[in-house]
Amino acid sequence: MPLNLTLASRNLFHDRLRFVATTIGIVFSVVLVMVQMGLYLGFGRMVTTVIAHTSADLWVMRHGTKCFEDPSLLSANKQTRVAATTGVAEAIPLVIGFSGWILPSGEITPVFVVGSDLQTLKPWNVTEGTVQALSTPGAVAVDRSYFERLGVSGIGSKANIRGLPVSVAAVTDGIRSFTTTPYVFSDLSQARAYIGIPSTMASYFLVKLRPGADLEHVRHDLQASLPDSEVLTPAEFRERSRSYWLFGTGAGTALFAGAILGIIVGMVIVAQTLYSSTKDHLDEFATLRAMGSSNGYIYSVIIYQALLNAVIGFGLATLIGFAVVEFTRSGALPVLITPMLILAILVLTVVMCIAAALAAIFRVVRIDPVMAFTR
Amino acid sequence: MSDFIVEAKGVTKVLGRGAAQVHALKDINLSLRGGELTVLMGPSGSGKTTLLSILGCILTPTSGTVRVCGRATQGADAEALAKLRRDHVGFVFQSYHLFPTLTAAENIQLALDIRGAHGEDARAKSRDALEKVGLAHKAASYPQELSGGEQQRVAIARAIVSNPSAIFADEPTAVLDTRNGQAIMSILAEIAKDPAHGVLVVTHDSRMTSLADRVIHIEDGRLVRHERGSADAAKMQTITRAGRRS
Repeated sequence: MPLNLTLASRNLFHDRLRFVATTIGIVFSVVLVMVQMGLYLGFGRMVTTVIAHTSADLWVMRHGTKCFEDPSLLSANKQTRVAATTGVAEAIPLVIGFSGWILPSGEITPVFVVGSDLQTLKPWNVTEGTVQALSTPGAVAVDRSYFERLGVSGIGSKANIRGLPVSVAAVTDGIRSFTTTPYVFSDLSQARAYIGIPSTMASYFLVKLRPGADLEHVRHDLQASLPDSEVLTPAEFRERSRSYWLFGTGAGTALFAGAILGIIVGMVIVAQTLYSSTKDHLDEFATLRAMGSSNGYIYSVIIYQALLNAVIGFGLATLIGFAVVEFTRSGALPVLITPMLILAILVLTVVMCIAAALAAIFRVVRIDPVMAFTR
Repeated sequence: MSDFIVEAKGVTKVLGRGAAQVHALKDINLSLRGGELTVLMGPSGSGKTTLLSILGCILTPTSGTVRVCGRATQGADAEALAKLRRDHVGFVFQSYHLFPTLTAAENIQLALDIRGAHGEDARAKSRDALEKVGLAHKAASYPQELSGGEQQRVAIARAIVSNPSAIFADEPTAVLDTRNGQAIMSILAEIAKDPAHGVLVVTHDSRMTSLADRVIHIEDGRLVRHERGSADAAKMQTITRAGRRS
């Protein structure tokens, strides 16, 4: 180990109380940033989860549709025009909308109904029953996590939607809505009835292209023939939904503000403790300077101390972060920590700690080696 | 090219400003040769430490010139002075200034580390330096586990490990008892026997002059007296006797 790193680590661990206080500060800060950003990612994924599980090449929607849950409707007769466009293999109508689920007790709870051909968009993570069973009249798929809310216990459980009898034919695991309103999947015609959408209307058309068709070309043609509609790729629609829910509602801004607060708290704590540690070791730094050490060597000791703080704090914070991920996995809003987020937070922590070391470095710049003779 | 390791000519140093201005050094002319132990004596406030700081390239003079191994300190900025110290100077401080979190061997290695020397070579040099001061067996000890005399010996080892031309010791025996003080002076005198090293020791303890080749007295910022030390006189006697025999 280089001696400047040895000196930095010994100085760091020498004052255990200060080391513990600094580590707690960094851990608090990093966990706060990690959870806020994890919520941001988790929220972003959750609001686009249905789009992500749809195997369409293009989405056709009413002009100005803000997000997947937008209740805007298209005229169903456009389906023919879409299907007739060169390069289009299929145009599948999709209906979505809120409705009322009537429990056997008579209580009503809101649900979000999704109805399609059960091919291009079908419920995923099916743990009981089958997707094929949803073709039977009154068959629906619900998620296990909403059993209590919906008053059901599994396959065969009965209820009503808008007065129409339904029976649970498939159970999924982990399809949760950020609105906390349970998703109910069914086939297209039944979904129309549950939501109250006439057969002349649809929420979206899911477009599948013929093999070899040029996506941009098809999109251009579709857009030209449907002036009051928009044609988006799944990635664009995901981004639009994410932007709407995260920034249109202010939720993302609040999460970012929390993360920035975490960074500020972390920087202040590290800066304060590094500065006071440097002040405590001024005699040593003056001695180093008198011995002929370059300023760079002294900075390296301080920066190594900051980096050690960063790595130790980050390591502990990541463990806590993973515990939070586990804890929220089946919650209403799971925290999502991706490898990229971990890497970004590691870089952020290191930058934060080095920036915090600047105050200590500025103090050392002014050090007078004559101190070594006078103390 | 001068034969001197350190040469000061017409050095004055003014500290402070306005009413608080003090002429700490006045027209100092002094040189250090290799193979010589010079003792600088004077009362408190006489300018000893200021002179040591200027000769050791920590401060620059207000006027006059200082050359260390032929290189002038005039106009040098803080980094250039630090490089001069790195290349040519070793310091021994009154309060040792060892790093409490490093072992004796690591304290010595640190002097090499700041000079860019690392690894096994640095460890070997550190062991050699400890051996020279008789503390090879204390290599793994931390400063707080060493006596004052031992700590000062480690500090001397740290000062000589990079083989500097000029070694400056500021009151190295001030906080030691007589026996330890004598031991430290003996080590410094032994180092000064090597013509590659010139040693300047600042002290107010007249008992320490017995090992000196030269004794210089400073008062009120002026050098007032130069004397040949007992060691130099002894050297001269040996040379004279040898001359008679031949």
